[in-house]
Amino acid sequence: MKPAPFQYHAPHSLADALSLLAEHGYDAKPLAGGQSLVPTMNFRLAQPGILVDLNHIPGLAYIRLGSDGDLHIGAMTRHSTVEQDLLVAQHAPLLHETMPHIAHRQIRNRGTIGGSLAHADPSAELPSVAVALHARFRLQSQTGERWVAAADFYQGLFTTDLTPEELLVEIVIPPLPARSGYAFDEVARRPGDYAMVGVAAIVILDAAGRCEEARLVYLSVGEGPVSATQAAAALKGRQPSPDLLAQVAEIAATDDIDPVADIHASAAYRRQLARVLAQRTLARAFERAAGQ
Amino acid sequence: MTHTINVTVNGTAYQRTVEARLLLSDFLRHDLGLTGTHVGCEQGSCGACTILLDGEAVRSCLLFAVQVDGHELTTVEGLTPDWDMASTHEDLHPIQIAFREKHGLQCGFCTPGFLMTLVPFLAENPDPTEHEIRQAISGNLCRCTGYVGIVEAVKLAAELLREDDKVTG
Repeated sequence: MKPAPFQYHAPHSLADALSLLAEHGYDAKPLAGGQSLVPTMNFRLAQPGILVDLNHIPGLAYIRLGSDGDLHIGAMTRHSTVEQDLLVAQHAPLLHETMPHIAHRQIRNRGTIGGSLAHADPSAELPSVAVALHARFRLQSQTGERWVAAADFYQGLFTTDLTPEELLVEIVIPPLPARSGYAFDEVARRPGDYAMVGVAAIVILDAAGRCEEARLVYLSVGEGPVSATQAAAALKGRQPSPDLLAQVAEIAATDDIDPVADIHASAAYRRQLARVLAQRTLARAFERAAGQ
Repeated sequence: MTHTINVTVNGTAYQRTVEARLLLSDFLRHDLGLTGTHVGCEQGSCGACTILLDGEAVRSCLLFAVQVDGHELTTVEGLTPDWDMASTHEDLHPIQIAFREKHGLQCGFCTPGFLMTLVPFLAENPDPTEHEIRQAISGNLCRCTGYVGIVEAVKLAAELLREDDKVTG
C-alpha cells in the first residue's frame, strides 16, 4: 500500500498556504497531523494532486484564555498538548475528559484538534464534543475569515461547511455557566479503537436544582455528531432522578438516533450502548452540576 | 518531484533525496537500511512501525519522509548503539532484557514497535500500574503472546530502569 504520487508544498506562512489552496481548489489537500489523511492515501481512497503541509506555519498551535473567558485553541495544536494542558483541564473539562479516548498515544502525539474537527469522521470524538460545548470555528481563506458554530459546521458524512479554499484555523470554546456539569464516555473494543458508540453530555441546573438545559451529543450512531434533542427536551424543567434518567436514555436510544449495523456492532447493540451511555454520562453530569 | 532532506537517525546525520510520497517507514528500511522498524498494516492500526520523532512515539507509516526534514529520529537500532558481533544479551537495552526474560515476544514482529512505545512511556511513568501499562500498549498489536508476557516484561523493565537510575544517580 503506497500513496499515489503528489506534489508536496510546505509553506512557511498562512498566506502562502491559503494562496496554494485558492490556486488548486479541490485538487489540493491540507496536511495537518495526517493521522487520518495518510492512511486514506495509503489505501488510495484519497489521491490529492497537491499536499499543503501546514506543519511549518508558525502561530497555528496555541491554547489561550480570552478576556471573556472563552478558550482559544489553534487548529494545529496536537491532541497530546490539549490532553496535558492545564487551561483546558480548568476551562474546558469536558474536552479534557475526552482527550485520552482519542486513538492511541502515538496518534495523539501527531494528530491535531483542527485536523480531526475538519475531517468530520462520524466516529471521531471531537466533533460531538465541539457541538456539545457550543464551540465556534474560525475559517480563513485568501479573501477573509468567517465564524461558524460547530453545530452548523457538520453537514453529513465526512462533509463540512469548509470550502476547498478555506482552512479551519481556530476553535473557540465558551465557558459553561454556573451550576453546570459534563461527562464524556464511549464504548470501544480496545482503548483507542473507534468507538462503537460515544456521547458527550452537558447539563445546566436552575437555582432550584431542576434541569434548565441539557445537551447530549452522540458519535458513531449517524453521519456526524447526532444531538439527542428529544431526550434533552424531556429533561428540561425536571428534577433529575434515576427513574427520569432511565426514561430519557430510552428516548435517546429509540427516538433520537437511528444507528446502522456494521462489522463492529449491530444496530440493536448500538441502541443498547446509547441507552447505557446516556444514563452513565447524565448521572455523572448531574452529580458534577450539583456539586458546584 | 523530489526533495532533499536532512535527518538525524540514532545520532547519525543523513542527507537523502526522496519522492514526496515515500513513507517514513519505507525511507528508514529501504533508503537507510534500518530494517529494525517493522511495517505491518501501513494504516496506523498495528503499531509495529512506531519510532521516536524528537523523542515522542509516532507511527512512521503515517508520516512522509519529506516531513521529518530537520528532525531527530530514534529507531529500535538506537536502543543499542554500540551493538556489534561481540555483544551479548547483557548488552541489550533494559527494556529488551526484560522482554527476553519475561517472554514478551514470540515471533518478534511487533517487538520493535512495543519497545519504542515503551521508551517514552517508562521515562514519563517510571512505576506504572498494570492498568496504565495496558493503556500504554493499547496502540500496539501482538498476535502471539496474548499480552500477559508483555505486561510482565514492562513491569520488569520499569524495575530495571529504576535500578539503573539509582546507579547513575
